[in-house]
Amino acid sequence: MIIVGNSFRRFFHLALLFCSFGAIAQDHQTHPSETPEDTSFDATKLINSHISDSHEFHIADWNGKAISLPLPVILWTDNGLVTFMSSAFHHDEEGKVVVERGGQQFVRYQDEIYYADANGTVSFEGEGNVVNSRPLNFSITKNVFTLMVTAAIMLLVFIPIANSYKKNNRAPKGISGFLEPLILFVRDDIAIPNIGEKKYQKYMPYLLTVFFLIWLGNLIGLIPFFPFQGTLTNDLLFTGVMATITFLITIFSGNKGYWGHIFATPGVPKWLLPIMIPVEVLGMFTKPFALMVRLFANLTAGHIIILSLMALIFIFETAWISPVSIAFSLFMYGLELLVAALQAYVFTLLSALFIGQAVEEHH
Amino acid sequence: MNITHPESLIFWSVIVFAILFILLRKYAWSPILGAVRGREESINRALDAADDARKEVENLKADNEKLLQEARIERDAMLKDAREIKERMIAEAKETAQTQADKIIKQAQVVIEGEKQAAVVELKQQVASLSVEIAEKIVKGQLSDQEKQLKLVDTMLDQVTLN
Repeated sequence: MIIVGNSFRRFFHLALLFCSFGAIAQDHQTHPSETPEDTSFDATKLINSHISDSHEFHIADWNGKAISLPLPVILWTDNGLVTFMSSAFHHDEEGKVVVERGGQQFVRYQDEIYYADANGTVSFEGEGNVVNSRPLNFSITKNVFTLMVTAAIMLLVFIPIANSYKKNNRAPKGISGFLEPLILFVRDDIAIPNIGEKKYQKYMPYLLTVFFLIWLGNLIGLIPFFPFQGTLTNDLLFTGVMATITFLITIFSGNKGYWGHIFATPGVPKWLLPIMIPVEVLGMFTKPFALMVRLFANLTAGHIIILSLMALIFIFETAWISPVSIAFSLFMYGLELLVAALQAYVFTLLSALFIGQAVEEHH
Repeated sequence: MNITHPESLIFWSVIVFAILFILLRKYAWSPILGAVRGREESINRALDAADDARKEVENLKADNEKLLQEARIERDAMLKDAREIKERMIAEAKETAQTQADKIIKQAQVVIEGEKQAAVVELKQQVASLSVEIAEKIVKGQLSDQEKQLKLVDTMLDQVTLN
């Protein structure tokens, strides 16, 4: 625990540092480009649309018209692969615009693409449940687009850094001088204390990738304009995928001791095992589940608070509230910069901890 | 928020993450971690080398000190030897000179003794011959008249009886 506490303190200082210049940078970004178009302002709808995935990348509204980047829609239908740009729906989310491709008709209702029924629309049953069947949807959505942007930035940042090491084997310079301490932080304060000196090397690439992907993804989500804006960890599915990968790594690197602990917990009487085994098995799954929810909830909560503060201006319909909104959302931005790094750290730390438990040598 | 078409994000997340992971592992993490490890090793090596060098210098210093000490001891010994030799030589020379002198003195004494003896003998002879001449002259003088001759005979005769 001492090691965790220590590394946490170091991490905290590091995070404060990023906070300090991040707060300056975001000053002029707090003016939301997302002014509502109609007079009746619905804060819930605004916030939901911001934290939900979408087929378009919404950039701004201009004269009541949404300006957005259309993203490719990729559908695996009954008749094979169908692709078209999402602009074909003309921002329709109510199932009114029918797109006909490859002899099939598609409508979009609340971000989900369905086969249009005989009337060329969607039909409902009960409490607004759509009865239409839908094709498998492999569209490049806003979150997928954000993930790709993040991944591209990571590749563009880290591969040149790696190349710079080939030329310069002395002290690191420039951006590698900035990022090397972070890489060493992941190695010396996350991987080695939790996994152990002998086995940590195998897991370093995963831990580093996760750490920087989450951190960068979170930071990109805090930049409120195109092509950033989208937050990876705002999507429960993305955090779920990450947690599942950690879970799979944990399971596949689990040694005899790890499985022994689950199916024959040492020091527990035999007759208790029927109770213990389900508990332990459940424990296997709750760990990644907690990872998923924690990562998802933190940044999402922050975004909801910032958006709510901004929505205050429109709810009260006065500009006089804006100093309050701006002051509070500034504070929230600072906090989110901290949380962005903190969540990357926590996710990586817990992944390392779980892997460490799985590969731990039992004597 | 509603989760819509989960398959798209799961599919792309897995694909993008896998590609990102493979590319970064091959082209970023391995070279970076390798370089960092290499640098750490080289720093450790350099520190070790510096340590060794320092130890070597210390050893060298100690060696020098030892050599100097030995040289000093040797010099002292040599000086001592030289002093002893000098003293011995002086003593020997003194001794030789003494014996030589003694010998010369003895020889001189012998010569002197011989000369003295010769001188004494010569003196004796001269005294004897002088005495004889004087006695001759005296006798000649005294025996020049009758009376004196008779007196002498009387004296001699007196002496004979007195004896």
